[in-house]
Amino acid sequence: MNSFFERRYIIAGIFITIIIILLARLFYIQIVDPKYAIYAGKNVLRQTIVYPARGPILDRNGKILVQNEPFYDIMIAPREVKPFDTVEFCKLLGIDRDGFNKRWIKAWKYSPVLKSVFEKQLTAQTYASVSERLSEFPGFSAITRYLRNYPDSVAAQFLGYIGEVQDNDIKRSNGYYHPGDFIGVTGVEKSYENVLRGQRGVNNQMVDSRGTLKGKFANGLYDTAAVPGQRLTSSLELNIQKLGERLMQNKVGSIVAIEPSTGEILCYVSSPTYNPNLMVGRERGNNAAKMYADVYNPFFIRPVQAKYPPGSSFKPLSALIALQEGIITPQTTYYCPGYYQAGNRRVKCNNGEAHGLVNMSSAVAESCNGYFSMVFQKIIDHNGIKQTEASYTNWRNNVKKFGLGNRLDLDVPGESRGNVPTPLYYDNIYRKGGWRSSTIIPLAIGQGELLATPLQMANLECTIANHGYYYKPHLVKAIGVQNVIKKEYTVRNYVGIDSGYFEPVINGMQAVVEHGTGNHSKIPGIIMCGKTGTAQNPGGEAHSVFVAFAPRENPKIAIAVVVENSGEGAHWAAPIASFIVEKYLKGSISQRESGITVEYFANANRLPDSALYYSRFRKKVLPKDTAKKLKADSLKKPVKGLKGASRQNKKDSSTRLLAVLPKGKDDK
Amino acid sequence: MINNQRSFFFNVDWVTVFIFLALCTIGWFNIHAAVFDERYPSIIDAHTNYGKQFTFIVVSVIVGGVILLLESRFITALAPAFYIITLLLLAIVLVVGRNVGGNQAWINIGGGFRLQPSEFAKFSTCLLLARYLSGPNIRVTEPKAFAIAAAIIGLPMFLIMMQPDMGSTLVFLSMVFVLYREGLSPYFLIIGALFIALFVTSILFPPLLVIGVIVVITLAVIGLLRRNKKVVYTMLTGLAICVVFVFSVKFIYNNVLKPHQKVRIDIILGIKSDLRGKGYNLNQSKIAIGSGKMWGKGYLKGTQTKYSFVPEQSTDFIFCTVGEEWGFAGSLTVIGLYLFLVLRLILIAERQRSPFSRIYGYGVASVIFFHVMINIGMTIGLVPVIGIPLPFISYGGSSLLSFTILLFVLLKLDSNRMGIV
Repeated sequence: MNSFFERRYIIAGIFITIIIILLARLFYIQIVDPKYAIYAGKNVLRQTIVYPARGPILDRNGKILVQNEPFYDIMIAPREVKPFDTVEFCKLLGIDRDGFNKRWIKAWKYSPVLKSVFEKQLTAQTYASVSERLSEFPGFSAITRYLRNYPDSVAAQFLGYIGEVQDNDIKRSNGYYHPGDFIGVTGVEKSYENVLRGQRGVNNQMVDSRGTLKGKFANGLYDTAAVPGQRLTSSLELNIQKLGERLMQNKVGSIVAIEPSTGEILCYVSSPTYNPNLMVGRERGNNAAKMYADVYNPFFIRPVQAKYPPGSSFKPLSALIALQEGIITPQTTYYCPGYYQAGNRRVKCNNGEAHGLVNMSSAVAESCNGYFSMVFQKIIDHNGIKQTEASYTNWRNNVKKFGLGNRLDLDVPGESRGNVPTPLYYDNIYRKGGWRSSTIIPLAIGQGELLATPLQMANLECTIANHGYYYKPHLVKAIGVQNVIKKEYTVRNYVGIDSGYFEPVINGMQAVVEHGTGNHSKIPGIIMCGKTGTAQNPGGEAHSVFVAFAPRENPKIAIAVVVENSGEGAHWAAPIASFIVEKYLKGSISQRESGITVEYFANANRLPDSALYYSRFRKKVLPKDTAKKLKADSLKKPVKGLKGASRQNKKDSSTRLLAVLPKGKDDK
Repeated sequence: MINNQRSFFFNVDWVTVFIFLALCTIGWFNIHAAVFDERYPSIIDAHTNYGKQFTFIVVSVIVGGVILLLESRFITALAPAFYIITLLLLAIVLVVGRNVGGNQAWINIGGGFRLQPSEFAKFSTCLLLARYLSGPNIRVTEPKAFAIAAAIIGLPMFLIMMQPDMGSTLVFLSMVFVLYREGLSPYFLIIGALFIALFVTSILFPPLLVIGVIVVITLAVIGLLRRNKKVVYTMLTGLAICVVFVFSVKFIYNNVLKPHQKVRIDIILGIKSDLRGKGYNLNQSKIAIGSGKMWGKGYLKGTQTKYSFVPEQSTDFIFCTVGEEWGFAGSLTVIGLYLFLVLRLILIAERQRSPFSRIYGYGVASVIFFHVMINIGMTIGLVPVIGIPLPFISYGGSSLLSFTILLFVLLKLDSNRMGIV
């Protein structure tokens, strides 16, 4: 005991105080502040996305148009690599020694510990021989990926393609997409993206401070499995689609065939087309750039984006409208002197041929311009000249009911409206009230400012075939395994013409094929009702147009064929249409009286002069830097493997990295 | 003789022995969790550090037992010899020592084991300090005695600073508690605390601002007590010293401290946050402890330690494993055990009849407490990162053995407290 005995309390007090400070701090960081627990979770948790297989797309009979083909990426974890026979290995993968070194350096730079892609997208055939021997090469492994594959390489414009998401896709998706994800860019891949893409799964794994995987987090409690995308059954019929693409090769134009009783599109050809397989895989960007440079622009979806004056195929419309309005009767006739005099404008018939006395049926059959000009003028003038604009507006509204001048809401993107000119349009040209029926008389015969897409033309034929209504044309018949059909596709759209009025028109159309302009294209045993057309083309030779439906009773197919710059509809479009119709109805093509053959048309080259074509189409269609972007896209390889904490080795020079390469047997 | 034996066992402070064993066991299990190796899951597997730690514990217990059987007189008599041997070892290590982690602190003694003389310096310094201060007519308050005591503490400090092991050097500062108990003016503690506060503020704030505040406070106090001339002079002297100190802090901070020490101070004061670089260790350590929450993640389930996010996890940062796997409950238990141990040691010291034992007892308590304070404080970001082990828990033979010797010598002295040393 000494005099400073009391000081033990002070010392003990200091000790206790400091301990309390420690405990208070511990209490704070362990219990009060939640952020450390969150950080700890972030430290160890590595989420990897499990990509679902994209849904396949089938034709109407269940034949595959697009499926997923497995590809194999060879992965490498450089640290785990042991010395091996590099020559043998290169031979297996089909790469050379330089390529091997490059890949090795790249992988090592990415991370010596983490797996990265060594060789991308091996086909199943190549992989078969690799997989047998992969175990001999420690550090290498393989993962399976899926790419789109098109067994028949058809219907490229319908199917569209997928590509890596762009920044604005990511923004718009509210975080669904991540950089490197794939998304439908055009066609059905785009419009049915939500159905096709499926649902992604998440794998939660734990990693250590170096980023090495350490197993499942919480025994996989929070993992979700990927749900594969749903399949789509398209309305296309593979056989006629193939035939159509064959017939249209080396031609510019399109074929659209629709089943009138459902609105299902059976054939959807845009020519020139491309092999959709080119838009997949490593060469995708280069291929796309090449196709963008093609003067005839295979990416232009002609069935819905190209607009043509419908020509003769439009003629019956005005007559039907006039019948419905009571302006003419089915018995109304016209004496054709070879032309029609509308004011000071004279509408000539084809080749100035005088048809004599024609009624509605024979006017359709003989394509008498005079008759239809007469009908059109009656429609516009029947309320007096002062009412020109009102009458025209009324006519226009009736025409629009047939689906012209409006989008038909096809289930793939990119549709054009076509054109039925507004009264305002003429006001702007001629001043208000300054135009008369005679001014706009070319509309009567489907010329002038009137423009329709091949899809609209085919839909018009459906309406005629159905005697007055159509179903919205669509390309996807059913969604998923349950074959869900969209409600809107089961609704009849009436065009406001009584069904009885169609008979004279149909009679005329039958006559066109039986003994009129289309008689070369008569199909043995099938009554086809058609109408040839020659769409005036201010830039060059007229477009060959043919519209038809068949058979006459209980029609199964309506079709529109356009062959650009090929003159008369009877010469090119009609025979092509007849082959499609016959193939669809009979399954095969029989000998024709006229002697026309599929081979002849398939082999014929009707491509217009490319220089001419370029000046007319290119600038509008091709956004300047699209091709550049696509090319860059193919160079940008998505970073595979796991992003990890590999801060080291960034600065290492290539030579040093090569030194890490295990010495192979061949190096002696 | 029989009577003597019985009283020997009766007199050993078994409570302290129990705490000692508890802490060793806790340490052993946490080392197992911290450096768990799937290839050698057994806690006594000799391939691993937890297996080795088991050996160290066994050896330490045996050594502790041997110490209890020694003669007390033997220990006091040999105090100067221990001290000189330690100084020699500390000098030798500077020449032939192995450099580990920037510190030349280890001597290879064969068989894969290494000796860290600085760990044993604590023991021998305590011993010699006790021996000197317990001498007849020695008062710390006298300048000469104070100087000699300071030299006894300062010599090993200087040699360790040469390694340079800053952590172990600072441990010797804990002797101020011993001196205080023996009569050192309380101003040493107060001024010491004041200087620490001044040091921190003058790093955090511009020196002129700090001096301005001090001047204002001093003038206010002088104004209140202006009649007492002595206070006024003291205050003015103090003010002058403070001003000099504030400026020298900046100088020391910028020119004397090594860059890594500067950064550690910066990080603790929140001036810098370099979570990927210099601040990584502390940040990961806080994450580990903080993520333990109330009850912890469970034995061998700490992701921060198991997946090596925390550095030095079996030695200096072993408390992370405690905090992460056993939560606040575990932290409270461990810290509670330490507090209980330290208070128990003060109690033991105070019940000694001989000043030697008392002084030595305070030395032991101070050293252990200082280690606990700095080590745990460092893991939770209260003090800068200073690498010193957590007594009895951190992995390491030298550390465990030296603490065991430190503690069991006191227990030996205590068991003889009725006798005259």
